Amino acid sequence: MAVQLLIPTPLQKFTDNQAKIECGGGTVIELMDDLEINFPGIKARLCDEAGELRRFVNFYVNSEDIRFLDGKDTVLNDGDEVSIVPAVAGG
Amino acid sequence: MTQSIERVTATTPTFSALKCRECGTTYDLGAKHVCEDVCFGPLEVAYDYDAIRQRVTRSSIQAGPLSIWRYKDFLPVVGDNPIDVGTGMTPLVRANRLARRLGLKELYIKNDAVNMPTLSFKDRVVSVALTRARELGFTTVSCASTGNLANSTAAIAAHAGLDCCVFIPSDLEAGKVLGTLIYNPTVMAVNGNYDQVNRLCSEVANTHDGWGFVNINLRPYYSEGSKTLAYEVAEQLGWRLPDHIVAPLASGSLFTKIYKGFQEFVTVGLVDEKPVRFSGAQAEGCSPIAQAFKEGRDFVTPVKPSTIAKSIAIGNPADGIYALDIARKTNGNIESVTDAEIIAGMKLLAETEGIFTETAGGTTIAVLQKLVAAGKIDPEESTVVYITGNGLKTQEAVQGYVGEPFTIEPKLDSFERALERSRTLDRLEWQQVLV
Repeated sequence: MAVQLLIPTPLQKFTDNQAKIECGGGTVIELMDDLEINFPGIKARLCDEAGELRRFVNFYVNSEDIRFLDGKDTVLNDGDEVSIVPAVAGG
Repeated sequence: MTQSIERVTATTPTFSALKCRECGTTYDLGAKHVCEDVCFGPLEVAYDYDAIRQRVTRSSIQAGPLSIWRYKDFLPVVGDNPIDVGTGMTPLVRANRLARRLGLKELYIKNDAVNMPTLSFKDRVVSVALTRARELGFTTVSCASTGNLANSTAAIAAHAGLDCCVFIPSDLEAGKVLGTLIYNPTVMAVNGNYDQVNRLCSEVANTHDGWGFVNINLRPYYSEGSKTLAYEVAEQLGWRLPDHIVAPLASGSLFTKIYKGFQEFVTVGLVDEKPVRFSGAQAEGCSPIAQAFKEGRDFVTPVKPSTIAKSIAIGNPADGIYALDIARKTNGNIESVTDAEIIAGMKLLAETEGIFTETAGGTTIAVLQKLVAAGKIDPEESTVVYITGNGLKTQEAVQGYVGEPFTIEPKLDSFERALERSRTLDRLEWQQVLV
């Protein structure tokens, strides 16, 4: 199973400057672990010390904010697109 | 109103870095809005207040241009030629008739419905953002907008000769769309709500890093422009702070920057310190911050907006938690009102003070009314209400609620008959009110 993950510019230094990568993981939080295996160091930017997703990062699955889905436990299906977007923008 | 830019004297900058509001990590003064090395918290401009204190006096400000640039030492631009299109120094109106209607003694309207050049407070933030964009070498500017920001970015970009591409939700009011198109930017009308537009823009900012998005990568500079709403009120009140302010909440940025503006004036000694209560206004159909306030939460759960107050319909507010914190620590409130109350608020302000505001202003007036009725604003408090946009841009909202003209023949008896009819209608209206 693979999902497409969109990486924001500040994190592309972890992904060899790739803006879009393929990842595994049955849920959003599992995706973080898969990401860490391939790109060490990136998880600490996205999750706090307790392993929770950081409050200033928004995650979208197929353009829907995961807070309208099941949060970090949102299930991912083959071919889903996950977007990571810094939360502080707009207004 | 436009002042000669030569009047702004050449000085060294009063700011030196961007600093994360959450963890304190500092960054160079580039086009960057989040703490990308640590926690993704928002970056803010860090000032040297000792330097500002030594440089700025009440009279030095009063000798400055009749625009936001009289406060240039508090704003994050370095050059001597800011883009000055007469933005700011809008009227602070003593609202005696509205005050009497509500039972308040000292009420003021800060009227940014007549801000220049595009009739909303957004001209303040855009003037700062585009000045900074030019300093950083951008030739194309952009934004995610609920309407007013698109108007302002397109207009001021036209004045400054910058290329412009704006993103708006596709269902905006006609006046806001036309009021952008006239300046001939590229307009992307996105099939989605503002939060979706905003996310898209964050992704576009990723791939088009040569673009200056005023409320994304230029956000630390842009948002500082709202502080001028605090400075002007303090100066216009005769160099003192009010007891209570009421302002609309969309992202929450304006609210937090008014707070910061008052604090800064106290810090550098321009006004005496005193507690100012901060109350925020949201539309019930998009009230994530008001809901968090009522439920005692310190986090904001996003919502999907459904309200006529489109300019403040942000379901996922970037500065929501900071707005919550300010309302709580200043003993203020955050309240929401229905669409019907918003329309009534627009009419009340128009009929009592002669100010035609848009839906966001109707929201703010309706919340003011609700807070007074609930005893949450003391009649003795000097209260300032921020009206941030113009009603001519959201005519759809009040269409059908404002009556119709009497169509008459160009004859005296036709006029007399119509006048009699209007008086009868007035009497009926009074009877309805009395019942």
